[in-house]
Amino acid sequence: MNNEPLIFEHSRPGRINRAQSAHLGGDLDDIPDTLRRQRRPGLPEVSELDAVRHYTRLSQKNFSIDTHFYPLGSCTMKYNPRACNTLASLPGFLGQHPLSAVRDSQGILACLWDLQEMLKAVTGMCAVSLTPMAGAQGEFAGVAMIRAYHDARGDDARTEILVPDAAHGTNPATATMCGYSVREIPTDAQGDVDVVALKAAVGPHTAGIMLTNPSTLGVFERRIHEIARIVHQAGGLLYYDGANLNAILGKVKPGDMGFDVIHINLHKTFSTPHGGGGPGSGPVGVSERLHPFIPIPLVGRDDNSAFRWLDEHDLPQSIGRLSAHMGNTGILLRAYVYALMLGREGMVRIADYATLNANYLMARLRAAGFDMALPERRATHEFILTLKHQAKEPGVTAMDFAKRLLDYGFHAPTTYFPLIIPECLLIEPTETESKEALDAFVEAMVAIQAEAEKDVETLKGAPYSLPVRRLDDVQAARELDLRWQANGGMAS
Amino acid sequence: MPFIPHTEGDTRAMLATCGVDSLEDLFDEIPPELRANALDGIPAGCDELAVSQLLHARAAQNAQPLCFSGAGAYEHHIPAAVWEITSRGEYYSAYTPYQAEASQGTLQLLYEFQTMVAELTAMAVANASLYDGATALAEAVLMAVRANRKSKSRRILMPRTVHPRYRDVVETIVRHQGIELTRLDYDTAGGHIDPTSLPTEPGDVTALVIPQPNFFGALEDADTLTDWAHAHGALVIGVVNPTAMAVINPPGEWGGAGADIVCGEGQPLGIPLASGGPYFGFMCCKQKIVRQMPGRIIGATVDLEGKRGYVLTLQAREQHIRRSKATSNICTNQGLMTTAATIYMAVMGSAGLENVARQCHANTRALIKQLSAIDGVETVFDRPTFHETVLRLPRPVNGVLEELAGHGILGGVDLARDYPELGHALLVCATETRSEADLDAYAVALREVLA
Repeated sequence: MNNEPLIFEHSRPGRINRAQSAHLGGDLDDIPDTLRRQRRPGLPEVSELDAVRHYTRLSQKNFSIDTHFYPLGSCTMKYNPRACNTLASLPGFLGQHPLSAVRDSQGILACLWDLQEMLKAVTGMCAVSLTPMAGAQGEFAGVAMIRAYHDARGDDARTEILVPDAAHGTNPATATMCGYSVREIPTDAQGDVDVVALKAAVGPHTAGIMLTNPSTLGVFERRIHEIARIVHQAGGLLYYDGANLNAILGKVKPGDMGFDVIHINLHKTFSTPHGGGGPGSGPVGVSERLHPFIPIPLVGRDDNSAFRWLDEHDLPQSIGRLSAHMGNTGILLRAYVYALMLGREGMVRIADYATLNANYLMARLRAAGFDMALPERRATHEFILTLKHQAKEPGVTAMDFAKRLLDYGFHAPTTYFPLIIPECLLIEPTETESKEALDAFVEAMVAIQAEAEKDVETLKGAPYSLPVRRLDDVQAARELDLRWQANGGMAS
Repeated sequence: MPFIPHTEGDTRAMLATCGVDSLEDLFDEIPPELRANALDGIPAGCDELAVSQLLHARAAQNAQPLCFSGAGAYEHHIPAAVWEITSRGEYYSAYTPYQAEASQGTLQLLYEFQTMVAELTAMAVANASLYDGATALAEAVLMAVRANRKSKSRRILMPRTVHPRYRDVVETIVRHQGIELTRLDYDTAGGHIDPTSLPTEPGDVTALVIPQPNFFGALEDADTLTDWAHAHGALVIGVVNPTAMAVINPPGEWGGAGADIVCGEGQPLGIPLASGGPYFGFMCCKQKIVRQMPGRIIGATVDLEGKRGYVLTLQAREQHIRRSKATSNICTNQGLMTTAATIYMAVMGSAGLENVARQCHANTRALIKQLSAIDGVETVFDRPTFHETVLRLPRPVNGVLEELAGHGILGGVDLARDYPELGHALLVCATETRSEADLDAYAVALREVLA
């Protein structure tokens, strides 16, 4: 299966899948030639079997949660229950046009209403909008609401968003999209935000701070109340990046920590599929003072308890719409099914066992001789291992370890993030992995360490057993080849 | 415990390895005053059977009348193979292909996707998707501002023939970046942008947006509009329907030089209606501005042994590298939807897609013919249209639609709120999934409602 050609290379002129187009019908004689296409697009001409076989074979070249332990830190690669997919795919949901009459949409609206209510309860926020289509869009909505809040008060001196240096790249990128400049706040040696630096940074120019808690360093930000007080006293607001909510679900409510606005990555904490890079879903929750600015549409309820959409008429100060309809509805349904199955006890158990798995894996790797970035701290749902010593002697990097892990049948942890820890692996096992899976991962890490000590070239050449050997990223960026060309093709 | 495999013995042994006595001890760094009380408001957990029964009941509460609504979301036939394959766990439960060697399936598929979308639009290159058509247009506007270095105005001409909700979303997303969205009105006879109405001295314009077909289903004079924009130093952003691309002149061939940036809603390519999402946005551009494009881009390269392989490339544009200076904050996009769309395009082929386009168009024409034969019903515009058209009714549309719902018909989209000047205007569409009997049923019902 190593050399599956491109679908275009399977193509043969004139091979038409008649099952999908029995006859060519329909005159276009009312459309003038000047508006008509003159040459057919070069889509592949293959049989249905060709297509099915090709895309099945390609699927077999992927690592996935269903096939491999996938401890990708900060991504929460937990089991995606099949029931979520099956139930969200009921014809009654899939067939619904987004502009259907409200009275024909009471089933889906009821589900979305319930999900709004459950997310409010578990986050301690006053209202939730489900419309953002990914974490980054939730971040955008959140910072846009912070801006709308200051603007509504005529407070236009606030031009700066504070972001810890360990933050996800989406945080500073989002602040820029909302027209703010970004100031980074350093992290102290224990992995907490440097409060002295924070105090020096805040002022009348501070619009707010974006924080992830537990932080991207895999530890709980212990002085969160103090941080909230400092920022609020300066007139700024607090944004909670919910990327790591899995660690504290049901244990701590972001609303209780003093956050004004949060987003939740449903594709992490609520186990909706990552899909090879989406679709995600990033609902936002708000405190009372940001409620007027929440993105539309929301699901509301009339006096007669019928559900309906709330739009710009109900929320005239809303930051507006973020999608043509109401976001990734089908993903919201999957999260809803998951939340119903967990219930209130199940939600807390997620945090319990995600934390247990991370601490267990950390303890075992430490006992095996690996260095932790923050050895004095309790792990949350993830932790950071640093290979800075191995990088000096025998001279293998975090990337070498990552690639070699693939040969051992494990997806690699997140590498080189957070940026402030050298040669790091950010490891998040999630609660759905068994003790045996974690033990096997430890054994692989120990074996790789032994290989590195024996001969670094073993790791430098990895992976060996995958469809391709290590790929040349530099060539990809230098000699851009972003599409197949019928004539001339491409180097193989 | 749902989805948690630990036995009591496992838990005990693991806690011992951690050097703690209880699960609670693992949370000892959290200040006690922050610990939440019981999760009131969240029900107790249910098993799969109980949840399944609830969801079946909820799905049954959604009524699904015969659909004659489009407005950016179209009911097309989806070959069975599309979601059979897309739902495989290897696609469904993989993540963004950061570890390229372990993600060649997704990466090769996305490279094929980029090729197919570039072919459909006749553009040089495409990215691996954005969230939806509306956000893709917002990103296209931001990209145009970055790419048009000669223009200083940050002024975008945004016709009213662009989907009203897309315009809302663009407004939400670009308003903080000093971008001016100048409204362009449409020709009331044609329902299109009349090129002769464009100013001869427009000043500094960064980009002109051209929808094709436009929100009314009308076909814009894209060639003339494109040449006008380029003559005045503006870039052209095309917003296109991918099904239409099978039969309509693609943006890469508009005017003398073609559109510069093209985006659109990918839903028609094998994605179910699903109350509006998840869908996906696509984006293409000319080769010379590819480094300004947002979102994931897949490139071909070679491995250590010189064998072909695929990776995420041009990552220096992206937020995880460039942080506050990234082209966009986008990270996760709509991978699973592009997987379905790629399989859809492969299964259909050009001939299949053209067939769909022709059938849709023929059905809409037949529907219009039937409906406009009813007393008081008339077409509003005289431009050629593709697979969607505006009708004027003799009385307010919302009341008519409600009565049609009583006949089991979703009769189209009321334009009263967004285009009050059109009077009692209704946007209708009949895709290839509507039969002759369906069209007859609509005509009979409307005749009865209006009688």
